[in-house]
Amino acid sequence: MNKKNKKINPLKTTKDELLSLYKDMLLIRRFEEKAGQLYGMGQIAGFCHLYIGQEAVVVGTRASMIDGDQMITGYRDHGHMLACGMESRGVMAELTGRAGGYSRGKGGSMHMFSTEKHFYGGHGIVGAQVPIGAGLALSNKYKGNGNVSLAFFGDGASNQGQVYEAFNMAKLWSLPVVFVIENNQYAMGTSVIRSSAETELHKRGSSFEIKGIQVDGMNVLEVRDAAKKAIKHARDGKGPMILEMKTYRYRGHSMSDPAKYRTRDEVTKTRSERDPIDMVKNRLIVEEWATDDALKSIDKEIKLIVADAAEFAQTSPEPDASELYTDVLLDA
Amino acid sequence: MAIDIKMPALSPTMEEGTLSKWVVKEGDTVTSGDILAEIETDKATMEVESIDEGVVGKIAIPEGTENVKVGTVIVQLLETGEKVNDLEKLQDKPINSSENYEQNQTAKKTIPSRDDLDEKRVSGSNVTHTEITVRDALRDAMAEEMRRDENVFIMGEEVAEYQGAYKVTRELLQEFGEKRVIDTPITEYGFAGIGVGAAMGGLKPIVEFMTFNFAMQAIDHIINSAAKTLYMSGGQMRCPIVFRGPNGAASRVGAQHSHDYTSWYANVPGLKVVAPYDAEDAKGLLKAAIRDPNPVVFLEHELLYGEIFQIPDVDDLIVPIGKAKVRRKGSDVTLVAHSRMVGRCLEAANLLINEGIDCEVVDLRTIRPLDSKTVIESVKKTNRLVCAEEGWGQSGIGAEIVSRVTKEAFDYLDAPPERVYQVDVPLPYAANLEALSLPGSSDIIKAAKKVCYKN
Ligand SMILES: Cc1ncc(C[n+]2csc(CCOP(=O)(O)OP(=O)(O)O)c2C)c(N)n1
Ligand SMILES: [Mg+2]
Repeated sequence: MNKKNKKINPLKTTKDELLSLYKDMLLIRRFEEKAGQLYGMGQIAGFCHLYIGQEAVVVGTRASMIDGDQMITGYRDHGHMLACGMESRGVMAELTGRAGGYSRGKGGSMHMFSTEKHFYGGHGIVGAQVPIGAGLALSNKYKGNGNVSLAFFGDGASNQGQVYEAFNMAKLWSLPVVFVIENNQYAMGTSVIRSSAETELHKRGSSFEIKGIQVDGMNVLEVRDAAKKAIKHARDGKGPMILEMKTYRYRGHSMSDPAKYRTRDEVTKTRSERDPIDMVKNRLIVEEWATDDALKSIDKEIKLIVADAAEFAQTSPEPDASELYTDVLLDA
Repeated sequence: MAIDIKMPALSPTMEEGTLSKWVVKEGDTVTSGDILAEIETDKATMEVESIDEGVVGKIAIPEGTENVKVGTVIVQLLETGEKVNDLEKLQDKPINSSENYEQNQTAKKTIPSRDDLDEKRVSGSNVTHTEITVRDALRDAMAEEMRRDENVFIMGEEVAEYQGAYKVTRELLQEFGEKRVIDTPITEYGFAGIGVGAAMGGLKPIVEFMTFNFAMQAIDHIINSAAKTLYMSGGQMRCPIVFRGPNGAASRVGAQHSHDYTSWYANVPGLKVVAPYDAEDAKGLLKAAIRDPNPVVFLEHELLYGEIFQIPDVDDLIVPIGKAKVRRKGSDVTLVAHSRMVGRCLEAANLLINEGIDCEVVDLRTIRPLDSKTVIESVKKTNRLVCAEEGWGQSGIGAEIVSRVTKEAFDYLDAPPERVYQVDVPLPYAANLEALSLPGSSDIIKAAKKVCYKN
């Protein structure tokens, strides 16, 4: 086998499935690159946390979810929304703070929601999404709707106390929730080794009897399979599971992070050896499921979607001043 | 099609930067993610990454150029085979959606101290002054106290190796080592509790919250453990601890990251609450807070960190907790504020003088214990009161002051007091809505005119 072939993922898939996973990941990548660009132009302000490098985690997980299953995450949320099927126009326009955004400009990069697509945010307080995710699972169990909730959080978030309070209750009450730890190895400038007594984060549920699996989060098919298993476990009434996705963020924590805590080599090496999109691209070519030209035209197609979203996001008007006072309370 | 790579904004407050180094040269092939150049901002050196694949075209801004405005084209990225565009034709159109955004504009400006009244202690003609940012004044305060007392240590997220999320703890790790400058995991409730325990054990912890929004995770320890223990123990237990960090709205960071907690902590007996405005007070009050035997909540402001002020060159600058400061003398109306709103009041005062209104500006500096005496004396002179704060109105600091003034100086008031505060909604992200939400100098001017019955 030549070197290229060795990288091929042996996990089972089909042409259609792999192409669709490829497109979903590429959309996130291109969307995020554009968001970074718009930030640099001053069109997006405040905090903006890009998901570049971690695309396989949310795309692979989403592939094993069924309609009605909920997703919730922190502030690094653009990829999750796109994976849930939310429109890139609406997401980008929220980033620019315009009326066409999912929160009509009132939320920003970190705070978007779609009840229609079962995406529950978009949370800025590290760790807060974990008990809320377990609460969504409680509502599923209570209603008996057969749905599972997926709560995504980072390696840094996995040190928050409320995570463990949620673990305990989720297991105690067999809640249909999957805890997805996106271990990208850093929480801002702090590596996992510098912040965690137990760095094998999939073991973090052991004192609650919650089973955890460590997953190559750069391999979308491995993510898909692990998610399938955990989601089935939860749906079958056996309670929560933990998936530790080993992944990597290529960009800084947010836009203003000089990233002095890691070497440029570390980033370049991961990009060239473990890139989730390249990995799928290679397999598509080796399996002869797509030609170079076909992949190029997919790339073009996605760039058009993203360009359209960016155009929309810059031309959509600012929210009307009257929006300032709406949505504080509902009429009782 | 060629893509213009522009001078990027790397933080909400960045307006320009230095293009320190080109990592690529004209004609190089790059792919998305490759580093093109290094730029320096007031806070850090950053890398500009390519956003697409292509060939590096004409470099428009040579390395070493300073003050390159955000949005200026620095280089073009060409598709393979494309010709270099005539860059002369490209206009330098800085794009910045927040051009009119009050907060950004003033983020780096030095507020003139011409109208400030120096405290007697340092106003002697032989005291020299040095310019310093609030950020460095805070750092110096901690460094001086750590040199003075080996039981003083600091802990918090990113305070050590990263040198502080907002660089307030810059170089403390280098000087004091990891025993005394401690990076914590993201577990506010836990490390606030550990700080309280360490204080009860005889140490003098400074607990930094990356922002006070995250101190909500820890507020139970601040109030239930730190503030109440002296009382509950009949005076036995000590808890000398400083909880510090930026409080209130930064810039475009949305509702969960923009909360002003001043009145929350101000409500609690057993705490001291400090909220300085300029560098001198930041330093002098932080040093006093660290020496104080009580738990002190020390509220800073992110948008003040980069502001430069004069600070007196004295050996051990201590500003006593519990004393307000008259920052500008005036006869017509008293403007009361703390933290960043003091700057807004001084601006308003400078404009109002042209309209024949002479304002006295009182900087509270400490919120608990509140120096109502200074405020009341001022109102007795001006007979008019405007209270300004960044947080919401209900149960706010202004409500407390108005209540004290009406009780103590009712007969002196010539007009009902006015208040200026944030619109009663969570802070929105959109630029226009955010600007509408936050109080500014124009709101203060309006309120001052109203109490003077002028229009
Ligand atoms: C309670 C709380 N503390 C601190 C912060 C500031 N903060 C935002 S993101 C972050 C790092 C989180 O890292 P991790 O959980 O690993 O997620 P990642 O950013 O890597 O996706 C910190 C400290 C916050 N938002 N909330
Ligand atoms: Mg992380």
